[in-house]
Amino acid sequence: MKRFAELLELLALTPSRNRKIAALATYFREVPDPDRGYALAVLTGALSFKNVKPALLRDVVLEEVDPNLFAMSYDYVGDLGETIALIWPHQQSAEELPSLTTLIELFNTTPKPDLPRLIASLLTRPSIAERWALVKLATGALRIGLSARLAKTALAEMSGRPLQDIEEVWHGLSPPYAALFAWLDGTTGRPDIDHTARFHPLMLSNPIDEEKDLAKLAPEDFAAEWKWDGIRVQLILSEGRASLFSRTGDDIAGAFPDIVDNVVGEAVLDGELLVGRDRIPATFNDLQQRLNRKVATQKHLTSYPAFIRVYDMLFDGGDDIRALPWRERRQRLAAWLDRNPQSRLDLSDIIAFKDWDDLGRIRRQGADEHGHEGVMLKQITSPYVPGRPKGLWFKWKRDPNVLDAILMYAQRGHGKRSSYYSDYTFGVWKDNEIVPIGKAYFGFTDEELRRLDKWVRANTVQAFGPVREVRKELVFEVAFDSAQESKRHKSGVALRFPRISRIRWDKPAQEAATLADVRTLIAAT
Amino acid sequence: MAFPFVERNLRITPIDTFIDPPQPRARAIITHGHADHARSGHGAVLATPDTIAIMKTRYGETCAGAFQPLNFGEPLHIDDVTVTLYPAGHILGSAQVLLEHKGRRIVVTGDYKRLPDRTAQPFELVRCDLLVTEATFGLPVFQHPDPADETRRLMRSLQRHGDRSHVIGCYALGKAQRMISLIREQGCTDPIYLHGAMIRLCDLYEALGVPLGVLKPALGVAKGELAGKIIIAPPSALKDRWSRRLADPVLAMASGWMSVKQRARQSLVELPLVISDHCDWNELRQTIAECGAETIWVTHGREDALVYYCQAQGLIAEPLSIQAYEDGPEDADDAGDGE
Repeated sequence: MKRFAELLELLALTPSRNRKIAALATYFREVPDPDRGYALAVLTGALSFKNVKPALLRDVVLEEVDPNLFAMSYDYVGDLGETIALIWPHQQSAEELPSLTTLIELFNTTPKPDLPRLIASLLTRPSIAERWALVKLATGALRIGLSARLAKTALAEMSGRPLQDIEEVWHGLSPPYAALFAWLDGTTGRPDIDHTARFHPLMLSNPIDEEKDLAKLAPEDFAAEWKWDGIRVQLILSEGRASLFSRTGDDIAGAFPDIVDNVVGEAVLDGELLVGRDRIPATFNDLQQRLNRKVATQKHLTSYPAFIRVYDMLFDGGDDIRALPWRERRQRLAAWLDRNPQSRLDLSDIIAFKDWDDLGRIRRQGADEHGHEGVMLKQITSPYVPGRPKGLWFKWKRDPNVLDAILMYAQRGHGKRSSYYSDYTFGVWKDNEIVPIGKAYFGFTDEELRRLDKWVRANTVQAFGPVREVRKELVFEVAFDSAQESKRHKSGVALRFPRISRIRWDKPAQEAATLADVRTLIAAT
Repeated sequence: MAFPFVERNLRITPIDTFIDPPQPRARAIITHGHADHARSGHGAVLATPDTIAIMKTRYGETCAGAFQPLNFGEPLHIDDVTVTLYPAGHILGSAQVLLEHKGRRIVVTGDYKRLPDRTAQPFELVRCDLLVTEATFGLPVFQHPDPADETRRLMRSLQRHGDRSHVIGCYALGKAQRMISLIREQGCTDPIYLHGAMIRLCDLYEALGVPLGVLKPALGVAKGELAGKIIIAPPSALKDRWSRRLADPVLAMASGWMSVKQRARQSLVELPLVISDHCDWNELRQTIAECGAETIWVTHGREDALVYYCQAQGLIAEPLSIQAYEDGPEDADDAGDGE
């Protein structure tokens, strides 16, 4: 565990991507099974413990630490795990931490009533870094800025195998990945994974640069579809079973029984998961009701029925058709849907267009009249390439809406920005008062953040815990994808994907937008 | 609270003298040489000889109208107030101020720490009725590790990355010299390189009897020569173009704030060294318990948590909001003084 704690700390603090990869590769090369496999699982978020949860750790700490002092500390540190690691008051222990594998076994097998004592004894040690690693392991919330892809890249680096081969087999394997490491070490062949159980990495698109890209692309080489405002999924149908994966390969079948119980046929499909009656897409807000839960309730199944708008096919029956051009895959997809009539699947339409100007007009019209997020462009000869290959698929998003809003409240950020006021609530005029319409994080340079943080501190009217109410004098230009009616907000409107695009130090608050301005932006869906 | 002879802005009423005043005053007692405690422009300054030497080095011979040195432990009677300075252990010459008046004892700690430090006179506990304590690290998450262990982490990193120079961000007064001394305690006799801002105060420490070993200016040394070497620089230089001239540097920072990993990441510090010249939470509590005071005034830092803690212990406690400290230690690693 000591070695793993060192690795975690290095990963958290080393800014260089290459050094992180090198450190990971060294670790995987030198540490034996099954420790390295469990380390990989922890780093890629593949482990969770049924009974060891952040709340349990918090309770263990609150047995020893005054709750008010804990709250003040958490507010300061901004990260629950780190607060626990730092605040634990007992440190005198000469015992080494057990190995990663033993720890994981302990977390999985210790009876619930004994867990608090186990956690307390494990936390009792002098090294902050070890306490920190322990808490990170137990809570699963690493927050060290490491992506699963980086870990896989390190595996590729360590073994010399192509990253794509590793991603292919990845989702069919489980911790501690003995078969994977045996293959990477060259002692056995590639693990044999049943394609039906396995997630196939998705093909992703690149944002289009209107000025540079369009001129170089021939409209007749591309097909266009609407960019649906749902979540990207992969549906795998095989031998009467259906699996449903999110774009990152998380199994989400449990939350969508209405889909997996009602699809037929044999195929691997790529599409957009949406909710809505009669397969008319409702807002993302409605979809969110279904996304945030592991299991769907009957009420949700009735109010927000889910369906998939399919747009690509990776396997037709047992045939891997990913190497075929998009045009042929699309034909096979349409034919497959004809052969296998579905109540929960439909086909994403192709938009006919003459040239880029024409498509630009259609895109704007779709945004204005139907709230579409934009259009997708797919080269008709493109094979299905996992990852984000250049030049094959593009997304052409609608122009963002912008409005000038007034900063109302600022809250200290969590994580990296824990010492800065970096979360902002902003509002617009409604007659003579200002009503909140949204909240966003800061997305700018450190210099601007510093200046803004200073402004917040100097212009605080009232403080409520970590939140400060400020003088209503600073204007933000807020960009957002769309505006919607909302009963949850006092103002009656909500913004989708709001982000602060500029700080208008120059603009007087009197000139900020009004609620009436926002209402005119609500898309006619 | 009947402590009529010291006010909440640390003015000692009967003798019209301020402790560490942020504005120029006719008469000031200065606890130590950091800029948020020692300002220039006072009429008369009472301080330890080391603190006076530091002030003159930083601000010039004429930074106060007159200086009166007072050695540790020597009572000085001014009218019916007796002033005695006791070591605070924070930096060289740093003092706590004991004030006695009509049988009442007040101690103003200034900044202090209780861990051993070869570059500062060791802290002495002074019993009192009213304790005015700092609270820079006044939250239970601050439990400083053994500085020798932290220094060993630096030495291990040097061994592991012999091709990379190690730049340690340290405040120029106190932290830099302590860091150097800690490195020497690990048996390292190699030259340590100094950013220009460090040189004067290191020279002064040596002149005042604190040996620091072989020190060389980093200026003008060829890039390759600094590989595998230690360079001491002010924290601001880490972010500055200054550090780009070094051979693939490991950025380290010696500060009590470095225990919070997110903070280290924020300042792009790769090797955080949790080495502080202030009391951690446990030392603060220990001092409050041992000094015997029934009343605690808390200043300079996380006042709320320490005040809350003292009140829970049945003590009378209140925060002192001294104006110039308002924007204080939360940002101290960047802008402030002393850590």
